[in-house]
Amino acid sequence: MMRRATSRAPRMRTIVVVVLLGLPVPPAGIAAQQAPRGKEVYDKWCAGCHGDKGAGDGYGARFMLPRPRDFTNGVFKIRTTASGEIPTDADLRHVIDGGMPGTAMPEWKTLLNEQQRNDVVAYIKSFSTFFSSTTAKAIDVGKAPGVSDAAIADGRVIYKKLECFKCHGESARGDGTSAPTLKDDWGHPIRAADLTESWKFRGGSTVEQIYTRLRTGLDGTPMPSFTDALENKLITDEQLWHVAQYVRSLSPKESPSVREVVRAKLVTTLPAAPDDSTWNAAERYWVPVVGQIVVKPRWFAPTVDGVWVQALHDKQRLALRVTWHDPSRSPAPPWDEWLGRVSQTMSDADGALPMQQGPDRLTVEFPQALTDESQRPYFLQGSTRLPAYAWRWSSTPDSVTEGTATGFGHFTARTGAAEVAHAASFAGGEWSVQFSRAFGSTDAKALSFVQGEAIPIGFFVADGSSGEDEVRGSVSTWYAIYLDVPTPRRVYIAPVISMLLTAGLGATVVSRAQRRSRRAELSQQEA
Amino acid sequence: MRSSILCAVVFAVACGGGQEKAPTTNVGNEPGPAGANQTNTPAGNSKVSGRVSFTGTAPANPTIDMSEEAACKAKYSSPPTDPVYLVKDGRLANVFVYVKSGLPAGATYAAPEAPAKLDQNGCLYHPRVFGVMVGQKLEIDNSDPLLHNIKAVPAHNRGFNISQPSAGMKTTRTFTTEEIMVPLQCNVHSWMHAFVGVLSHPYFATTGEDGTFTIGGLPKGTYTIEAWHEKLGTQTATVTVGDNETKTADFSFKPKA
Repeated sequence: MMRRATSRAPRMRTIVVVVLLGLPVPPAGIAAQQAPRGKEVYDKWCAGCHGDKGAGDGYGARFMLPRPRDFTNGVFKIRTTASGEIPTDADLRHVIDGGMPGTAMPEWKTLLNEQQRNDVVAYIKSFSTFFSSTTAKAIDVGKAPGVSDAAIADGRVIYKKLECFKCHGESARGDGTSAPTLKDDWGHPIRAADLTESWKFRGGSTVEQIYTRLRTGLDGTPMPSFTDALENKLITDEQLWHVAQYVRSLSPKESPSVREVVRAKLVTTLPAAPDDSTWNAAERYWVPVVGQIVVKPRWFAPTVDGVWVQALHDKQRLALRVTWHDPSRSPAPPWDEWLGRVSQTMSDADGALPMQQGPDRLTVEFPQALTDESQRPYFLQGSTRLPAYAWRWSSTPDSVTEGTATGFGHFTARTGAAEVAHAASFAGGEWSVQFSRAFGSTDAKALSFVQGEAIPIGFFVADGSSGEDEVRGSVSTWYAIYLDVPTPRRVYIAPVISMLLTAGLGATVVSRAQRRSRRAELSQQEA
Repeated sequence: MRSSILCAVVFAVACGGGQEKAPTTNVGNEPGPAGANQTNTPAGNSKVSGRVSFTGTAPANPTIDMSEEAACKAKYSSPPTDPVYLVKDGRLANVFVYVKSGLPAGATYAAPEAPAKLDQNGCLYHPRVFGVMVGQKLEIDNSDPLLHNIKAVPAHNRGFNISQPSAGMKTTRTFTTEEIMVPLQCNVHSWMHAFVGVLSHPYFATTGEDGTFTIGGLPKGTYTIEAWHEKLGTQTATVTVGDNETKTADFSFKPKA
């Protein structure tokens, strides 16, 4: 690596590329002399996860997946440089500034000032000798061609040709056949990205950022660079841009917004199954879920980051559909290898993981009765004092158990005939589970649904292939579900009546006034 | 076709890199040093050769499930195994043997013009264990009509991770620093592993099917020779050769306790 560090030209190019990508441009050249100042910032804010010596082994590291970066080998995922090269200062700043979506790495631009962030870049570079022995040179990514339906369709064709599906899946939800075997340079399990959730893309979700990842690869991960495929003329540059455009098109334009109240529309016929087209009429609500980190064993490496919730009712029954992405239908033999790697990696966290894959799980919780907020059960499936009413679904066997939850892992199934009907489907890395139940229940511990009130609702999801179980998994806080009330007839009649009254009254006033003025005219003439 | 693939699987090194007749030498010339264009190097005509034997019973090589890759699976008549231990008649193949120390101080060696070659065929690497010189081109070819990524995960060199989504693709890379050994892997096919030794001199070889190796073109001297196996670790021997002499350095591995 005797490339000479260089003159203005490459640096100019770097700056041009950086500007094109819309990244912040750090002040020209972060000097190694800034490193001592950077150390102060690093020791205070970064070392807890990344370790005192930058080896990615801080106290917090053992709980995390993906793990914090080990800086000692100069290997970085998010770069504008070729595969295997060190990142530019701007690349490091980009990650520090904006964080790594979908990981524990937060954004620092709001907490640290610009000089602190530059200083910490200098210090991070001091952990690896590669920063002094090699030079970072951003690749020239050029400019994106215009996006069109044809471009996206072509991108899909190239996605297949390049066999992106081997890891990312036909559905692009990170469920390819090689997905369960993936590990990073440190032997930790690593997910193939779910390309339909661009808000979690580590390097950003713009077409330019996706294209840059295709060209540079994500070093330290299984994601390779496709630059050689261009050089071998297997595909054209435009086609690679089309892949980026196709990938971008798989996610919504905006990351889903969070709304607290899920509205259940009134319909005449409830859907029979989760793939019933009736569901298309129901609005989708995104409910984010996060690792359950309150009750031990805590879980910082959840598979699922959110569920889509839809609800409908027909004045007698409530139907609920919950949909989420999970690359494995657990338990599934190919994922034994994955679980083994997760267990090994997470062995220093809160206790040993299950040795065998469990089922996938979904729990929907409600209070036992509608009360004021102070009487709402604890959001983590209630407590002995204030239990929650819950529907616990499990993939294997495909079943729902209704009952009373008194905190995580404490559940008493109700006896008697089942009241909740359900149906589940799994396809292309996506679960869809439908529940329905009559408004009323014969069980005093079960909530009765009423129209026109905000009913608290919460969720817990677990992926059995990743060591998740009854306690390890993802949880939401309380949300609410609101069953639309049928519009009363008076709503339609009242305006008509008041219009008629107003019009009648107006007419009376006008005619009376006209009569009076006519009378006045007559008396004048008489005079 | 089928027989050549089988041959490649069983005797990865013997058939590796398209060299029909190279079981006992390095990837460069035969039997001399890989570095044809030596600079500042005392010419030598001595050799160290030897045999690597294996005593005991080798663990069974894992069977590879290639059912997801019909094109690779079709290249085998019986289910392929991962050739971790290649033992035949008590001889161990795929052992990387090299001069660890003893070369004249200050000697430098130019890398050969010819690239070392690594082929991906039947969803396995050929050769599996080999050496290159610092700065020597490593040409990586894909003979399978499907996606491979080739990822180098070195400790002292810069790594790389290249996608080769189709047969006929070629990629060339070099290493800049000595390293025993740089692991190469494919993440699409997690069973695929190769190991490349990177040295600043041409005195290395990989044992073939018969467990033998020859390192030629050495100047007289006393050398530490190291034998490396991917699972069994390393062993060293010290050998002194005079001018135009051939000395023997044999190694013997046994199953890991």
